[in-house]
Amino acid sequence: MAEVTTTAELMDYDEAMERFDPVLGLEVHVELNTASKMFCGCSTAFGADPNTQTCPVCLGLPGSLPVVNGTAVESAIRIGLALNCEVATWCRFSRKNYFYPDMPKDYQVSQYDEPICFDGHVDLEVNGDVFRIEIERVHMEEDAGKLVHQGGDTGRIHGADHSLVDYNRAGVPLMEIVTKPIRGLGTRAPEVGRAYMAHLRDLMVALGVSHARMEQGNLRCDANVSLMPKGSDELGTRTETKNVNSLRSVEGALRFEIQRQGALLAEGGRVVQETRHWHEEGWTSPGRSKETAEDYRYFPEPDLVPVAPSREWVEQLRASLPEPPASKRTRLQAEYGFTDLQMRDVLGNAGSLDLIEATVLAGSSAAAARKWWLGELARRANDAGVDLADLTITPQQVAAVQALVDEGSLNDKLARQVIEGVLAGEGEPAQVVADRGLAVVSDEGALSQAVDEAIAANPDVAERIREGKVQAAGALIGAVMKAMRGQADAARVRELILQKLS
Amino acid sequence: MAQSPTTLSVEEVARLAALARIDLTTEELEHFAPQLEVILDSVASVSEVARADVPPTSHALPLTNVFRADEVRESLPVEAVLANAPASEDDRFRVPRILGED
Repeated sequence: MAEVTTTAELMDYDEAMERFDPVLGLEVHVELNTASKMFCGCSTAFGADPNTQTCPVCLGLPGSLPVVNGTAVESAIRIGLALNCEVATWCRFSRKNYFYPDMPKDYQVSQYDEPICFDGHVDLEVNGDVFRIEIERVHMEEDAGKLVHQGGDTGRIHGADHSLVDYNRAGVPLMEIVTKPIRGLGTRAPEVGRAYMAHLRDLMVALGVSHARMEQGNLRCDANVSLMPKGSDELGTRTETKNVNSLRSVEGALRFEIQRQGALLAEGGRVVQETRHWHEEGWTSPGRSKETAEDYRYFPEPDLVPVAPSREWVEQLRASLPEPPASKRTRLQAEYGFTDLQMRDVLGNAGSLDLIEATVLAGSSAAAARKWWLGELARRANDAGVDLADLTITPQQVAAVQALVDEGSLNDKLARQVIEGVLAGEGEPAQVVADRGLAVVSDEGALSQAVDEAIAANPDVAERIREGKVQAAGALIGAVMKAMRGQADAARVRELILQKLS
Repeated sequence: MAQSPTTLSVEEVARLAALARIDLTTEELEHFAPQLEVILDSVASVSEVARADVPPTSHALPLTNVFRADEVRESLPVEAVLANAPASEDDRFRVPRILGED
């Protein structure tokens, strides 16, 4: 991609924070995990061949009529309730009119002034401090198709001579969760934005309403930021960075916009109200200007009758909500015996508590599960620049690796190689062990022989151990492990050495 | 007619045309503006009988909560999907480059 990096001037973050108060507004789109689309029976499965999951309804062919997916409405209400929202007694869908080939109908079915859920809040705990985020609304709509721009630079619209459209995603149920303006976060704003996104992701998983895989676009954030000079009460002009779809990107985009707007305002410049694009290298670029306010000419969707959830239904759904994340954290910390410090590490690694819980449920000890997810796997996620939950290994697979360690078939070093194999797509842990020949040598004869050879090759070390200096055994263990190419149980090797030299 | 006639400026019609992506000449705009005024006036006469306490009707049928079960049904074969497309490529709809937006 021949894209140049940013030429925007940036203010030092700390200086920006001394001079301005950031105000955030976060709009998060969540793709539901229903089997079928919002208004028709086409499959929502990810990764199908282009245009194989479309029908007259989602293609907007004349004469077709949409019918609402009941499960999607149920999911919308459950999301709203989990965010402490009111649920509308009566609401309608609306048509949002716009011309862009990602929507074959030339309108998106959405909700306008009658969202299904409204006026909620979440309390986020971020490194020991609690921040309340007010929720404006949760509304139902449909996702759009996918465009690929052809010719010129790959994928980007600039220089493209035509575009190709796949409507498989058009009509997939989409929930939009919108916050009220979030003030008073100060220097913590980017961090809290990220924590909010992580909270929503964990919540969607807990509710079971979305796959919540950010790298597949199941959860996408439009991040609005403006700056108010310290002491001022007047909201500044905001920018909206579109489709930010990883936790670190949310934090990065907020931080970048704060620094960019800070530099502009400090020079007496003006922030232009516009949408901006996020680049994974860590910067934003201008998109469409919103100077000419959009006019979507919303009107009530005549093809869909109003949704009027009965209070009985709402209460039934409320009763079915899973344990709130905060009380779950307290409960699991007690159950797992994690210290406050350990728990802070767990909570600092977004999504890790759920992964640890699933690993424990699959048979691992809590300590081992924590060690894997916060150690080796956190390191690999960090190296790959992805979130823990996006690693291509399941909690069940991690538990299976740990079970092999517990039964003595793998030592730590080999277990890490198995993890590497699973991440590389080589199959289940047992498969990786077999294919790579990774099991520790349990052949006592071979082990015993390797120990004898190590003793013979290091007579002085052996002598010291005979004299009672057992800590010298380390050198011999190392020699044996090397001879066995790491495929031995170090504890067993130590036992053998001490036996032979006692 | 009890109400004073609606006035619709040529600028307003030009804006509507732009939103609807209809390319009109100045002459056409001047030609259509008075016609649209007549339509608006006719529709406005409804408010002579509908008082403030009568909510606007969006649906003719007194129905709510018409839902379907979340079940996958067969989609169209891709050949049928693309049959009416003016152009296609790699089983996708081919559309002209989109200008001025990203």
